[in-house]
Amino acid sequence: MSDTVRPMSTGEDDGFGSSSLRANDADLADAAHLWKSAYVHIPFCAHRCPYCDFAIVDESVEANVDHRRYVDALVREIEMEDPFGPLDAVNFGGGTPSLLSSEQLGEIIEALRRRFGFRAHTEVSLEVNPEDWSTDTGGNLRSVGFTRVSIGAQSFDEQIMGVLSRRHSADATTEAVHSARVSGFRTISLDLIYGHPRETSASWAGSVDRALDLPIDHISTYALTVERGTALSREILAGATPPDGDVQAERYETFCERSSTAGFDRYEVSNHARPGHACVYNLSTWTHGEYLGFGLGAHDHRWGVRSRNHHRLDRYLEDVEAGIRPRLGTEHLDADSQDRDRFMLGLRLAAGTPASGFATTFLDSPEGTRLLDHGLIIVEGDRVVVTQPMLTDAVAREALSVSSYDC
Amino acid sequence: MDQSRIRNFSIIAHIDHGKSTLADRLLERTGAISERDMRAQLLDEMDLERERGITIKANAVRIDYTAQDGLEYEFNIIDTPGHVDFSYEVSRSLEACEGALLLVDASQGVEAQTLANAYMAIESGLEIIPVVNKIDLPAADPDRVAEELVGILGGDVEDVIRVSAKSGIGVDELLEEIVTSLPPPEGEPDASLRALVFDSYYDTYRGVVALVRVVDGSLSEGDDIRLMASGEDLVVDEVGVRRPSIERTKRLGSGEAGYVITGVKDIDLIRVGDTVTHAADPATDALAGYDEPKPMVYSGLFPTDGDDFERLREALDKLRLNDSSLLYAPETSRALGFGFRVGFLGLLHMEIVRERLEREYDLDLVATAPSVEYVANLTDGSSVIVQSPQDLPDAGVRASIEEPYVKVMIITPAEYIGTVMELVQTKRGEMGEMNYLSTERVELHYLMPLSEIVFDFFDLLKSRTRGYASLDYEPDSYRESDLVRVDILLNSQPVDAFSTIVHRDRATTYGRAMVKKLRELIPRQLFDVPIQAAIGSRIISRETVKAKRKDVTAKCYGGDITRKRKLLERQKEGKKRMKMVGSVEVPQEAFVAALKIGDE
Ligand SMILES: Nc1nc2c(ncn2[C@@H]2O[C@H](COP(=O)(O)OP(=O)(O)O)[C@@H](O)[C@H]2O)c(=O)[nH]1
Ligand code: SF4
Repeated sequence: MSDTVRPMSTGEDDGFGSSSLRANDADLADAAHLWKSAYVHIPFCAHRCPYCDFAIVDESVEANVDHRRYVDALVREIEMEDPFGPLDAVNFGGGTPSLLSSEQLGEIIEALRRRFGFRAHTEVSLEVNPEDWSTDTGGNLRSVGFTRVSIGAQSFDEQIMGVLSRRHSADATTEAVHSARVSGFRTISLDLIYGHPRETSASWAGSVDRALDLPIDHISTYALTVERGTALSREILAGATPPDGDVQAERYETFCERSSTAGFDRYEVSNHARPGHACVYNLSTWTHGEYLGFGLGAHDHRWGVRSRNHHRLDRYLEDVEAGIRPRLGTEHLDADSQDRDRFMLGLRLAAGTPASGFATTFLDSPEGTRLLDHGLIIVEGDRVVVTQPMLTDAVAREALSVSSYDC
Repeated sequence: MDQSRIRNFSIIAHIDHGKSTLADRLLERTGAISERDMRAQLLDEMDLERERGITIKANAVRIDYTAQDGLEYEFNIIDTPGHVDFSYEVSRSLEACEGALLLVDASQGVEAQTLANAYMAIESGLEIIPVVNKIDLPAADPDRVAEELVGILGGDVEDVIRVSAKSGIGVDELLEEIVTSLPPPEGEPDASLRALVFDSYYDTYRGVVALVRVVDGSLSEGDDIRLMASGEDLVVDEVGVRRPSIERTKRLGSGEAGYVITGVKDIDLIRVGDTVTHAADPATDALAGYDEPKPMVYSGLFPTDGDDFERLREALDKLRLNDSSLLYAPETSRALGFGFRVGFLGLLHMEIVRERLEREYDLDLVATAPSVEYVANLTDGSSVIVQSPQDLPDAGVRASIEEPYVKVMIITPAEYIGTVMELVQTKRGEMGEMNYLSTERVELHYLMPLSEIVFDFFDLLKSRTRGYASLDYEPDSYRESDLVRVDILLNSQPVDAFSTIVHRDRATTYGRAMVKKLRELIPRQLFDVPIQAAIGSRIISRETVKAKRKDVTAKCYGGDITRKRKLLERQKEGKKRMKMVGSVEVPQEAFVAALKIGDE
């Protein structure tokens, strides 16, 4: 089944025919539910960005961070894992995966391949900081098996990059994209962040246009979110202006218009791709597919069980080195909860989520009816689709309140 | 105890002027209690009273005092509630006393409620000892305050007792003064029993506990007693006093105060104000009773979860066991479903009841804005009592509306007279007398519609006089006024629970302010919500709560779906405190928005 519909049917090198599936295709979303993927967390960052609350190791604060030891632990954790796969996608996230050498990254890829097996066209992707990109980066990453890069541009406006504490220049991003193209990655993606209070609509439109002018296949745009405990949140508590949801909604609309004109389809709230370039890993998580998670603070979802790893590095290393799975906790989902979670997550997809199972209960509930009446959700064929992606959480919340009536 | 050696008195004081501290000191000086257990024991058991620092129910504590004349005296301190909502309880506590201490903070001066209660004591023929407290404070001005007291009570400035309840200065002198100045009770020890029930409360284990003051005769355990007003015959199980811990004395003689337990569970059988006598040898005349306290304000209480209606009823039934002033009847609202229309003695009473229902009975409630009781006279000559604005008959069949007026007393520093007058005028007050308590402080009298007071008057008065003015009021009469009902529409649907009756001249201002306030209080929803104010079919104001445009998080936290779902669930919990009105989610505080709009 998972072989019948593949996201990367663009022709040339993949052997899946020349028809390219659009990223928001419903069949693609249904197939993605059955794909298997793995996430590898590389926690190292040169410094902590003011808006970030991820499980990271800030190398500007921690002295003598031992990358080698961490890579060894990852390999060991992978070897300890139960059989799974073969993998349709591997995603290296962070942190900043590009702080590891390509040899180190390659070792991890090899460990995954040995343990679980890859398919002919497994997507192997990593997040890269433009400042870490040099002329031979592309070639090195390709040679150890990467097929996709996601470049953390965040913005092309130097002032905004400044307030986001990003240390690269707009030119560095441009060069990284061109260099990656030449290196032969199948998919090149860019990340942008919008909606900082200091951003203007002109600045945002400028960043969007420069991004869309580059030879990329995929683009992710994230509304700046204030997470608790971050420097940004402290500034706001001390009186700085917080991001404005209405403004962010406008910026989002600007982006959607321009990216669609440029040939991108929105397939998830924050993700847009040219036909044939939807992110396999992304689609699989949002369709409630199964994935393994390795590394600090990583998350799994398999066989109706979700688990998460330690988010303290010392604990993580200690456990793995002692031959113990570095688990912090697990959650068992019964069939109903799985069904409900798939529905809740699927709301984020442009292709929507199947209108069966939990969806039927929801559509019949007063909450569901109200949303249908107001046109916030529609039923298209056998799928439920959220018409205003920026209100997805509000819809999900309504859905959760329905499930609680039933128990 | 020989009656000549009994002294029954209350302490009349404004909140925080030091009544509890002084009572503690009196107990400590007479050795009734060690300093350490004092607070915990003396204060009432109710959490809310302790938190708010107010007394709601009366209480009687007995202490023994050996005076300088070498004789032992029995003091019964009869505690009184300290808030205007409960002033009827003060009046009945005073009936059980021959004297009162009028306690005033030397750095504050006399406050309106204290003055009102002092007048009440004077009218009941009580002997009053003026006491200035907190003379140890650097800001104390005992001379000025003593003069205020003399202005009110007459007498000499030298006769005003000066104490520091905190440090104990003057307390010995006060104890002697109680013996020498306050009269002993003058009942007939050998006559037929007459004892006044001056309060009662419900105890889960003991049933109804009645506080009584024996006037004539004596009361013992095992006696067959009769309640003269209700005609009920009961047997006395237990008789005793509080010291402040309970002490079973088995008997109360004439002039004494204490508690009586009969095993009765129904509080309505032992009414406050009734007279206890012996069934076999009944007295001929009952003691002067009291009027039942009448609710001043009404509010709708609705469970946020419709299934809780029965639990709300049970909770109200239980609260009433201890609070016979609580009146309620079922009410149906199109917006809020099934609930109760509840009558309260005032806003504080309303707040306390609501808090107890939520806290002690775990109910989640929506309260509607308080309303007073109107009388609508109809064109056919009949009239209807209107406790809820939604029940006001249509303008077409109404001939007139009458509303309750109250006599208001405000005490303020002289520099705020202008400010107070201005404020009272915007609230339709009519000026009455004005007396100077001293050169700096003035007592102002007004006649005002009660409806103006139950809204935000007290808060406005406080904020405009920097907290210095104090207020007391009592019911006066019903008067005809030019009143209209302002309705509020959400999504073009009238919401009955938001309707309010206001004076025609203020209707537009009110409607605008209310709509504006609601726009602030109602959170943005998934669609636009128009809010309108209307008189009949005429729209007088309109605002819109714009639809929310963004409600989504960017990322999935690296696959942490559990966290994502928990976050959504937490936010959903927050929503539970909202009430669905049609398709609009309305927060509970919106239903009392009218209380918060102030007057611009
Ligand atoms: N300095 C000073 N403070 C006092 C005195 N009497 C009471 N207080 C303080 O005034 C506050 C209110 O006293 P409390 O007895 O609780 O007042 P109540 O509300 O009238 O019972 C408390 O903080 C007391 O400690 C006094 O004689 N001197
Ligand atoms: S680089 Fe990414 S993971 Fe690292 S601190 Fe910045 S936002 Fe967080």
